[in-house]
Amino acid sequence: MITRSFRAVFRRELTSYFATPVAIIFLTVFLILSGFFTFKFGNFFERGQADLQPFFLWHPWLYLFIVPAISMRLWAEEKKTGTIELLFTLPISLCEALSAKFLAAWAFIGLALVFTMPIVFTVNYLGSPDMGVIFASYVGSFLMAGAFLAIGIAISAMTNNQIISFVVTTVLCLFLILMGFEPVVLTLNEILPVWLVDHIVNLSFPFHFEAIQRGVVELGDLIYFSSVILVSLYIGAIALESGKAD
Amino acid sequence: MEDIFSKDGLFFLRKLWHSWTLCLQSKSSLFKEEKLLENIDTMIVTNALGRNFGSICAVKDLSFAVERGEVLGFLGPNGAGKSTTMKMLTCFLSPSSGTAKVDGFDILDSPQEVRRLIGYLPENAPLYGEMTVLEFLRFVMEVRGLSGESGRSSLKRSVDLTSLGDVLGQKIETLSKGFKRRVGLAQAIIHDPEILILDEPTDGLDPNQKFEVRRLIEEMSDDKCIILSTHILEEVEEVCSRAIIISNGQLVADGTPEEFKSKSASAGSISLTVGEGGLAKMRERLNGFPGMKKVNEKSLGSGQTKFSLYPESKDGSLFALISELKNDESKIISLSVEDGRLDEFFREVTK
Repeated sequence: MITRSFRAVFRRELTSYFATPVAIIFLTVFLILSGFFTFKFGNFFERGQADLQPFFLWHPWLYLFIVPAISMRLWAEEKKTGTIELLFTLPISLCEALSAKFLAAWAFIGLALVFTMPIVFTVNYLGSPDMGVIFASYVGSFLMAGAFLAIGIAISAMTNNQIISFVVTTVLCLFLILMGFEPVVLTLNEILPVWLVDHIVNLSFPFHFEAIQRGVVELGDLIYFSSVILVSLYIGAIALESGKAD
Repeated sequence: MEDIFSKDGLFFLRKLWHSWTLCLQSKSSLFKEEKLLENIDTMIVTNALGRNFGSICAVKDLSFAVERGEVLGFLGPNGAGKSTTMKMLTCFLSPSSGTAKVDGFDILDSPQEVRRLIGYLPENAPLYGEMTVLEFLRFVMEVRGLSGESGRSSLKRSVDLTSLGDVLGQKIETLSKGFKRRVGLAQAIIHDPEILILDEPTDGLDPNQKFEVRRLIEEMSDDKCIILSTHILEEVEEVCSRAIIISNGQLVADGTPEEFKSKSASAGSISLTVGEGGLAKMRERLNGFPGMKKVNEKSLGSGQTKFSLYPESKDGSLFALISELKNDESKIISLSVEDGRLDEFFREVTK
């Protein structure tokens, strides 16, 4: 699987974040926002519990804007500047290029998550939290980021306009969040039959993310996130293959 | 069967004739293909290549072959299908019909092999602007599997050929257009490919840079097979050993630049510049020459007049007349035979 073309594209993508101030800005914004949400809205201190629930609670909403900002350029920029022609006339397969780009962006988000580690130390200093739960929550957050990202990369493959790519991805992901957002679910319960609402909630990001946050990474949740990722990447591959010419 | 016989014998005969001619046709095309395959120096063969974009037909039934050592010029008006053809040969676009073989590899069956073989400079030389020249070339080398000692030497070779040594550490987006084009060329030749496909390599460059790129192409042309597209017709005369003209996605001419020129309307015409003396008589004799298609006259000032003569045949009888006139009181200042003009031929076949 790991071919030299894959390695080359992966490395190029990852270093390209650091070639511009984008990486620093992104990491800063991500850390400030996650801190702000945790301490201000999550009442991290006031609730007096040694866990990271107020930290992870906001991750879907954080990713909603942060991830499309990363994914929007992944293919749209290549199509706009024509470098896609350069890339796909080198001995690189579509699958290699797509997975390398996806994994590089995912690794970058993973890096941002690693930088939030101080909050783990803080909560450990303040009390004795369940580290298993925290670890599982990190895994869940990372998986959810991958799902956001895969949707974003698929949308990016469909257009050469980064703004469109950003907006459409955000809207799609917003739907996937709102489908499991409590106020929305309560409203849905009043107008739709319960079995249908259950299915809708089952398809949402927060439902599965919250399940993992309880400390158990269940097979169902893993399958959910990985199938969102794989299906999105597949759609992205089709969009790329058919839309290279425009 | 029986009712064909009984109902319409003629119909049956016509059908037989039809299949017979079809058979002949396919035989002759088969023979052609075999001949092409026999020649080991044939690097690119396209076979009825076609590509549609929606309902628009960009390339239609394009068949040609290119051999090692040839520099093939791709000519045609904007939107004729030059770039589309190049994109198909480099496996960026898949053809809607037909196929092509690049050094024996089919572009449909083994695109990765084909990409490995070809060095390609896309139109406008797109590059990753945020990378430095060296980072970018290293990226291409890594994808192409060039590393270690041989990698270093091929990097040096391509940097030297394109004179990029001074800007290796610069970000590509800060470079001038000429340098960017050279970076594009450097990545195309980094693996010393046997086949080079260059889409408008000199577009947007200043005359000196154009000269440099042409020199580079000439330097490499001996043992490679090069296809380049251009709008500059002098470039074709200068660097191409052969040219094909595409119009509306179809091949309209295939030959050497000299052949094209000799087929243009002005080929074989005679330019004659004379002094003041005996101008009227000269004019009369030239116009009265049997088999003269057209005589154009243009005053050059200081008493000189230039005649452009278009004789119907090139048998030299006009020269006899001119030398006869020279013995009269007329003074001939210069006399030349036109080779013909590429732009005339181009306009003729593409309009």
